[in-house]
Amino acid sequence: MSDTFDQIFVSLKHWLLGYLPVWSQPVISCLLSIAVIIVAFATLFAITTWLERKGLARIQNRYGPNRAGIPLTNISLFGLGQPAADGIKALTKEDIVPFAADKLVHFFAPVVLVIPVLLSYAVLPIGRNMVAVDMDAGLLFFFAVGAATELSVFMAGWSSRNKYALLGAMRAIAQMVSYEIPLILSSVSVIMMVGSLSTVKIVEAQSTYHGLLPDWFVFTPWGFAGFILFMISALAESNRSPFDLPEGESEIVAGYFIEYSGFKFALFFLAEYLGMFAISGLGITLFLGGWHAPFAWLTWIPSWAWFFIKLVTLVLILIWIRGTVPRLRMDQLMNFAWKFMLPMALLNLVGVAIWHFMTPGLPRWLVGFALVVGPYLLLGRGLMAGKNLAKRTYRFAE
Amino acid sequence: MTLPFIILAVLTIAAAVAAMSLRNLIHCALAMVGAFGGLAALYLQLDAQFVGFTQILVYIGAVAILIVFAILLTRGGQVPEKALFSSSWIWGVLVTVAVFGTLAWTIKNSFASQRVPAERVEATVKEIGDALMTKFVLPLEVIGLLLTAALIGAVIIAMRDEVKK
Repeated sequence: MSDTFDQIFVSLKHWLLGYLPVWSQPVISCLLSIAVIIVAFATLFAITTWLERKGLARIQNRYGPNRAGIPLTNISLFGLGQPAADGIKALTKEDIVPFAADKLVHFFAPVVLVIPVLLSYAVLPIGRNMVAVDMDAGLLFFFAVGAATELSVFMAGWSSRNKYALLGAMRAIAQMVSYEIPLILSSVSVIMMVGSLSTVKIVEAQSTYHGLLPDWFVFTPWGFAGFILFMISALAESNRSPFDLPEGESEIVAGYFIEYSGFKFALFFLAEYLGMFAISGLGITLFLGGWHAPFAWLTWIPSWAWFFIKLVTLVLILIWIRGTVPRLRMDQLMNFAWKFMLPMALLNLVGVAIWHFMTPGLPRWLVGFALVVGPYLLLGRGLMAGKNLAKRTYRFAE
Repeated sequence: MTLPFIILAVLTIAAAVAAMSLRNLIHCALAMVGAFGGLAALYLQLDAQFVGFTQILVYIGAVAILIVFAILLTRGGQVPEKALFSSSWIWGVLVTVAVFGTLAWTIKNSFASQRVPAERVEATVKEIGDALMTKFVLPLEVIGLLLTAALIGAVIIAMRDEVKK
């Protein structure tokens, strides 16, 4: 019973394909996968915008959206109709292109941004037997299409002919290039352990259960450090707070998409959130066991449900971080990437190699633990030395 | 020659020609990205996943960004006033044809043209990794050392200079 429910989407697709002529099956199969991915993650995007506004409002002691509900009635449903209202607004707003803008590049920038982000979903296993393309070099594909988004950010910033837009684009590219290195290096630790670049194989390697805990990579010393490094870099890659300098509302208004309005702006917004989901999904695949259940007795819940439970949990944590951590300064951002994240990621690779070649047991855990905590403390202390850091004191009228 | 190959080749060559002939330098850089992408697609069409994705990661993700930064840091995005072609273009064409002719003639007469193409092998990432770790381990180590030195060098350049009092 649980098996049929687990494979319900896969069998549904095969059942549908059975009615079609043989020659059209490969094409229709691809189109079906694409349609499901777009519909599922666009729905998640709509729900997340609502969740984020509600959650941030809660943190900041406000109500958040609470009016839009079912049209023509008084039912407000905690403002759940807000995403639909926002979507209609974005579709019907005037599309303004600045007079001095480079029209062609200005038009293509949002398109070039959304395509790679959507492509990156092709290699994410969102359930058992549920991956659009099982590529031999899947992980490399993910990072390759991710690298293409930097260029579209530049296209948007440059073509607007606006100082703020260009400044925002430069900030965004500098940040994305810097944080891509720890992002990839922390993923390399998993590749070294699994010995494959295929996302499906990486999930398979985490399928067993060991006593109380599953064999997820996050439950090893190097995996824990790698996961934290990965998620910090992922935050920076998706330009979210505390790494939202490229947007920096209070300094450069809105960054590289300041001259976009209407549906093009909505595309930037969509790409930002879809990018966040994709990179969180990759974090789940690499470190949190992919679609596997956390306990052996919970395997009756379908695999795709586990993926989305983990994804929504990660997204909620990201919203929480956005509501609590202040924005970094540019020099702090760069120092953090190059002086802390990069050495930590490199040392973590040494930790993985030693973990790989030691026999399982207590000594392995102790050595692995020491190889994470030691560098962390030494690096942290070393970077803090001579900085004269103290708790900030506030002065205000009683 | 198959239809996908022809489409990709035409797109790649068109982007490369645009990269040479457009007036705005940024447009040229963007057109060159198109040519890089076309090359990557050609690799992928040959079933060389690793090379294709590495081409995208390195050339579109890093080299193109470097070029764009270099253009922005050295001069503004102004379009040059002068004509695109220099007045002595006829000599340029002559030199180009001569060089191409010499190279083509040499290759035609060398043993490289008689070589039989290797039979189609499935090059998985695992096999590439095995080859890198056994047969080509020395070049790999040398490149690794070089890149690590460059990485550490970048961090040292970015470090704040100690102010001497």
